[in-house]
This record gives sequence, C-alpha cells and structure tokens, in this order.
Amino acid sequence: MSWYLALPLMTPVLTAVMSYLLRGSGIGRWVAVTGSALGLGFALILMRQITQLGVVTGQMSDWPAPFGITLVADLFSGIMVLLTAGVGLAVAVYACGEIDDDLEDMGFFAIFQLLLAGVTGAFLTGDLFNLYVWFEVLLISSFGLLILGGTRAQIDGAVKYVLLNLVSTIVFLCGLGLLYGATGTLNMADLRLAVDSSDQQGLITVLSMFFLIAFGMKAAVFPLFSWLPASYHTPTNAASAIFAGLLSKVGVYALFRSFTLIFDNDPAYTQPILMVVAGLTMVTGILGALAQTDMRRVMSYQIVSSIGFLILGLAIGTPLAIAGAIFYLVHNVIVKVNLFLVTGVAARLCGSSEMSRMGGVYKTAPLVALLFIVPAFTLAGFPPLTGFWAKVMLVQAALEAGNWVMVAVALIVSLLTIWSLMIVWARVFWDAHPDGLEPRTADLAPVRLHLLLPIAALGLASILIGVFPNGLVVLAQAAAAQLLDPQPYLDAVLGGTP
Amino acid sequence: METLLALTLGCLVAAGVYLMLAGDLLRFLFGLTLISNAVNLAIFASGRISVGGNPPLVPDGAYKPAADVANALPQALILTAIVIGFGLFAFSLVLTLKAYGVLGTIDIDKMRLSEAKADTATTDGDEA
Repeated sequence: MSWYLALPLMTPVLTAVMSYLLRGSGIGRWVAVTGSALGLGFALILMRQITQLGVVTGQMSDWPAPFGITLVADLFSGIMVLLTAGVGLAVAVYACGEIDDDLEDMGFFAIFQLLLAGVTGAFLTGDLFNLYVWFEVLLISSFGLLILGGTRAQIDGAVKYVLLNLVSTIVFLCGLGLLYGATGTLNMADLRLAVDSSDQQGLITVLSMFFLIAFGMKAAVFPLFSWLPASYHTPTNAASAIFAGLLSKVGVYALFRSFTLIFDNDPAYTQPILMVVAGLTMVTGILGALAQTDMRRVMSYQIVSSIGFLILGLAIGTPLAIAGAIFYLVHNVIVKVNLFLVTGVAARLCGSSEMSRMGGVYKTAPLVALLFIVPAFTLAGFPPLTGFWAKVMLVQAALEAGNWVMVAVALIVSLLTIWSLMIVWARVFWDAHPDGLEPRTADLAPVRLHLLLPIAALGLASILIGVFPNGLVVLAQAAAAQLLDPQPYLDAVLGGTP
Repeated sequence: METLLALTLGCLVAAGVYLMLAGDLLRFLFGLTLISNAVNLAIFASGRISVGGNPPLVPDGAYKPAADVANALPQALILTAIVIGFGLFAFSLVLTLKAYGVLGTIDIDKMRLSEAKADTATTDGDEA
C-alpha cells in the first residue's frame, strides 16, 4: 500500500470528521482550511513521486490486481489531484468568509471536505466499480452542498440536479455490469487487455456508448447538460465555485480515462460521435451564456461551452490534442472557480446576481473589477494568459488533423465567449446601477481578506502559468503520451511493482 | 433462465420509463427505483446464472472450492449498489417532500423556479 496515494484521500475524510465535531466552536472552519492545506501538500508530494518514479500504484489490503481494488496515479491523475487540492484550499478559505454559523452548524465544511475526498478518489482509482463508488461519494456530498440553505430556488435546482444525476448513475452502473459480463473483469488495466483480446468488438463498442452517455451526463455535454445551468447558480457561492471547477471535470476525466485506456478499440465509430458532441456542446453552451440575464447563469453556461473544448481534444485524439485538452483542463478549473468566486463577491456587493439589478462595481470597488478582469481575460484567451496557450494547442491540433470545421467552431465560440464576458463587464462593472443604488462595500469589510485572497491567488496562478507555460506544456505532453500509450500504466498496475 | 430474467428486466424498465414520463416527481422516483432494480438484476445475470450451483465456499485446508460454484462477485457489486441506491432514494424522497413543502407542487412541468425567465433577453444571438 502506497502512502503517497492514501494520504491525499484520507486527509479530506479525516478533516471532514474533525471539522464536523468542532463545528460552531469557531475553529471548525479553520480545521477545514488546515486540512485542505495539508491535502495540497500531500498532492504535491504525490506529484513529485509520479514525475520521478513514473506511475504510482497501490493495492488495497495487498490483494494483487486485478482481484483487489487498485489505486493508481499516472501524470494525468496526479495533475487532477493537485488541481483538486489547490482549488479546494482556495474555496475553503473563501467559504470561511461566506458561510455563516448556521450553515457551518449544518456541516457545510464537513460535506465540502467529503466532496473533495470523492473527487480525489475518482481521480485515483484504477477500478471501474470503485469509480462508481467514488462518484456516489461526490454525488451525495454535492447534493448536501446544493441544498444547504434551503431556499426555494435551491430546492428546485436540486431536484433537477439530483434526478438527472441519478439517471446517469444508473446508466453507468448498467454499463459496467454488462461490461463485466462481456469481459469478466472491472480493473481498468485488465479491462484494456480483455477488450483488446475480446472477440466481440461490436458488443464492446455498444457498451462504450453506455459510458459515453453516463460520463457525458456528468460532464454536461450536449444534449445532456440541462441539469447544470438549472442548478449551479442556486447554492452558496463557495459551493457553486467548487462544482464549477471540479464536478463536471470529473466526468471529463472519466471520459478521457475510459476512451483512451479501455475503449480505444473502435475509434472510427467513437471519434465522429465525440467530434459532433464537442462542437454542439461548445456552440449551445456559449449561445446559452449569451441569452442569460443572471450573472451566475452566464458563468454556468460558459462551463458547458468549455467542456466542448475538452471533448474536442479527446475527439481529435492526437498527442498534441490530448496535451492541449489537459492544459485546457488545468486552465479551466482554475479560471472557472475564480470567476464564480468573483461573481459571488460582485453579487454580494450589489445584493443580487441578476444583471438587471447589478451595476457600478467598478466605481465602488475597483479592486474587485480588477480581480474579475484577470480570469475573464484568461477565459477569453488573451495572450499571454493560460486560455490562450490552451486554445493555441487545441486549434493547432485541429489544423493538423485537417478538421477545418472544428477550427472555425472553436474560434467563433472563443469570440462569442469574449462577447458574453463583455456583456457581464459592461452591465455589472461599468454601467451605473440601474436603480441608482450604490453597491454596498460596508458589509464586505469584515470578511474582505477571506473572500479576495483566494481570488487573487487563483488569478496569480493563471498569470504565472500563462507567462511561464513551458513547464505545464511539457507536463501535459508527458501526461498525454502516458494516456495514448498505456503500457507503463498496465505494467505498473498488473506487473505487481509496489 | 436468462430469457426469463431478460423478460422480467424488460417489464421492469418499461414500467419504470412509463412512470418516469408521467410528469410527477414521486412517480419519477418510483420509476427510477424500478429501473435501478432492473439494472441490479442485469448485473446479476452478467455474472452468469448457475442453476443448482454451490455456494462459493472453500473447504478447510483447501485453496479452492471443490466443485463449480456460483459467481460471488456480482452479488457483492449488487449489494453495494443496493446500499448506495437506498441512500440516494431516501435522500430523493426527503427532497421531494421538501420540494412539495416549499414549492407547493411536485408537477414537473410547474417546477420552473430555477430556470431562465422567458421575458428578458440581453442579446439577439443571431450573429452566431
């Protein structure tokens, strides 16, 4: 059993217990922040271990793969775990400023930590059924975060979120049951070998569609995304931010993992489907964002649009495209969390997130406006910020694949993204408040540092990665190479190396 | 035996889909439960049915069972899925109750509170 793998997983669980027991005493929330900081440390150690030694694996209770449950971290998993811990820490600090004592008493910080544990577990597991279990852990935690507060809009959004996610769960479970029937194994590395040697390739392709639907629903791709904009704008800002950053990305991760490791048997069938899905997701997402009048819903639809870019990388499937998608994933997690956090502050200043009741933030709180500009420029893809490099890689990959349609779609969607951000900028930050009200900075004062520090830190991360992209580009290329040639992964899991 | 199981599954899923399309939150949940039970049976069937098989027990001192035994793994999977499904179902029921309390309806078509308002649109998206 590798402690490098266990520690990033156990830390949030233990932190959840501690912060629940200490809730209301004034230190519970700081225990959660400390736990998140520790988790970030362990994720960094795990990442160092992966870059030095290659794929890290651990067999639960020393049952050898494929019989036991395997935990495995290659570069892609390592990057995702690190991202989870990083934005988890940022949002935990923000939550200390936003969450009141009532919500803390109901266990906000404990559920938040369990959500992080579920997400981390989904990134680290090497077993398909175990992936289902981690999905449930993060799903039930996200239900909790979604309804804490219990406003009418929250309950209404939660109903849609819960029911549609349950449907996707059932599809996933059905797919993995039938896949077990067809191959006799559920260990992902072993599945790769079983799928390669199976004489029922047609059946495997049909089964892969179960996973495309199930993971696609979690990832919020067209046409399965309707739960996302119906619910992401309803809970507390800290909860929306962590949902925006991580939940749909878990679905994307699962798509990448399953369609590079397990179902690469019939790319001629799956790639065109993924390509169409990617294009439609990008376009519908951004058109939805343009049509919205609520700032948080604009941000929600932009998530859908960016999921399209990620799927585009998977659909093209060349090393450059996968590397571009991984770079985009890192960029998007940071920037989306950041945008939701800034949106929370702006909504707090104006007393509403409905854009017709917002305005004048630039005049009263120029610092908040500056902190919005950084992630907005990053998402729009202005050089030298991260969004620019990510889109350069993806567009270049599409050009090399000769896929002119997707190049055009990606560029037009990028332009529309700028437009939708300009609308937000103009209405919320630049224009005066329509009712002549001044945004209130007074009630922000006692928690200013908690709210603005994580935003500034994430913005700084976007800028630093954008100015020095080389390290991440090399890392993303190495991770893509591992995804496309899983031999080291298979050796590490099945070869019995500790 | 598989044929019988497949027919049962088909009936369960058909009834489940019918209930889910009824436009009522509670029926949707019952439909979902029927389908999740059908899926559990599907996992059971993919582990291969052995009529008259022995329980998967290893005799004292031996390393493997003496005769052919039933496949225990799908049953472990189903057990996990039932437990998780039960938890989620309980949560959804309470959520439905709460929704009825705060929204006053569980008619799916009337639950539009968190969706976009139809009256306002900031831009005409036709330049796309």
